[in-house]
Amino acid sequence: MLAKRIIPCLDIKDGRTVKGVNFVDLRDAGDPVELAEIYSKEGADELVFLDISATEQKRKTLADLVYRVAEKVNIPFTVGGGISSVEDVDILLQNGADKVSINSSAVKNPQLINDLVAKFGSQCIVVAIDAKQIDGEWIVHLVGGKVPTERKLFEWAKEVEERGAGEILFTSMDNDGTKDGFANEALARLSTELNIPIIASGGAGNMQHFSDTFIEGKADAALAASVFHFKEIGIQELKLELQGNGIPVRV
Amino acid sequence: MKIVIINYGAGNIQSIKFAIKRLGFDAVLSSDAEEIKNADKVIFPGVGEASSAMKMLLNSGLDSIIPTLKQPVLGICLGMQLMCNSSEEGNTTGLGIFDVDVIKFDTSVKVPQIGWNQISKLKSNLFGSIAENEHIYLVHSFYAPLCSETIAECSYGLNYSAALQKGNFYGTQFHPEKSSDVGEKILENFLKM
Repeated sequence: MLAKRIIPCLDIKDGRTVKGVNFVDLRDAGDPVELAEIYSKEGADELVFLDISATEQKRKTLADLVYRVAEKVNIPFTVGGGISSVEDVDILLQNGADKVSINSSAVKNPQLINDLVAKFGSQCIVVAIDAKQIDGEWIVHLVGGKVPTERKLFEWAKEVEERGAGEILFTSMDNDGTKDGFANEALARLSTELNIPIIASGGAGNMQHFSDTFIEGKADAALAASVFHFKEIGIQELKLELQGNGIPVRV
Repeated sequence: MKIVIINYGAGNIQSIKFAIKRLGFDAVLSSDAEEIKNADKVIFPGVGEASSAMKMLLNSGLDSIIPTLKQPVLGICLGMQLMCNSSEEGNTTGLGIFDVDVIKFDTSVKVPQIGWNQISKLKSNLFGSIAENEHIYLVHSFYAPLCSETIAECSYGLNYSAALQKGNFYGTQFHPEKSSDVGEKILENFLKM
């Protein structure tokens, strides 16, 4: 049976993990490779690296990091953050990334999704969508949720699927950082209206939230950052809890 | 031992190379027919769309070499699919090593299947010391139905071939190089044949 996936997300700046990681057993708390290895050993199903650096060397630094992660880690990983061209994606995949995630660049130029799918295949193209509710309507936002667009979540998600994306990573800006749980109503609607896997993101605070997003939110995978980085939730104990709730997981 | 990963322009070759290195072996990438023929083990990767990958294989001339190989050959993901008779994806004619036609999952399940599923009914030395129902990582929209060459099954809406074997030819729909310790053991089993 296909397992529900648990995905820690690492924010990366200039090839280093950004503050907010609290692992006493790390030799170098800023080394993404070491952190990735630990998560992999603890039973993470996948990893997401989100690059938030904005330097001119960004591309090369990120490609180097991808290479070093691929060298050490034997589970799949996705790389996102500022990816805007076929060439960007080519470099990351060649260095060993399994998937790439695009966000703003897809909203600005939806044809990019088709171009990437044609060249690399659906299986490695994740489209990330950030949205929040305005007057009861889910509106797609850019720049980490700061800038609203004209696009509505469910229409955009449908278009993303039709253009060939293999997966959607949906972050509810209303839930992100609240630790009150995932946006399960919107997630369930995405999962029902679309026929590609949906990754839930934003709002994880405790183990019950993960259970809820897999059952009520019908999510295929759940992504979180701080609850894992600060060891509020251990991946292995989370999986055992989910298994106890009858949710298929890899333990 | 000489391990060659066939390099024809399709596939996440870096990950396979790294996985082999983690097991303590070295692999070379090659599109040279002689080098491939002389290798002890051959890995045939593949990611992306079937018809364009097949086109690249035809352009390289390796389509006629691969079926004649005598040493253990392992096709991974799309590599396995191209070793079959045909694929519904892009109406592609395959290498015809495995006597099965690759078809698309129907819409009763989410497509592509992405993530960790379980392998069962393990039948080959490829799975030496691997327990039933271990999880492996897959990402695919097309699959090989069960057939006489099936050596592992996976269930996604229906039961299908997670792996195939015919003589010295092996194929896995899953990615051993991305399937954690279980995948590395399977890869090691292959390399030690």
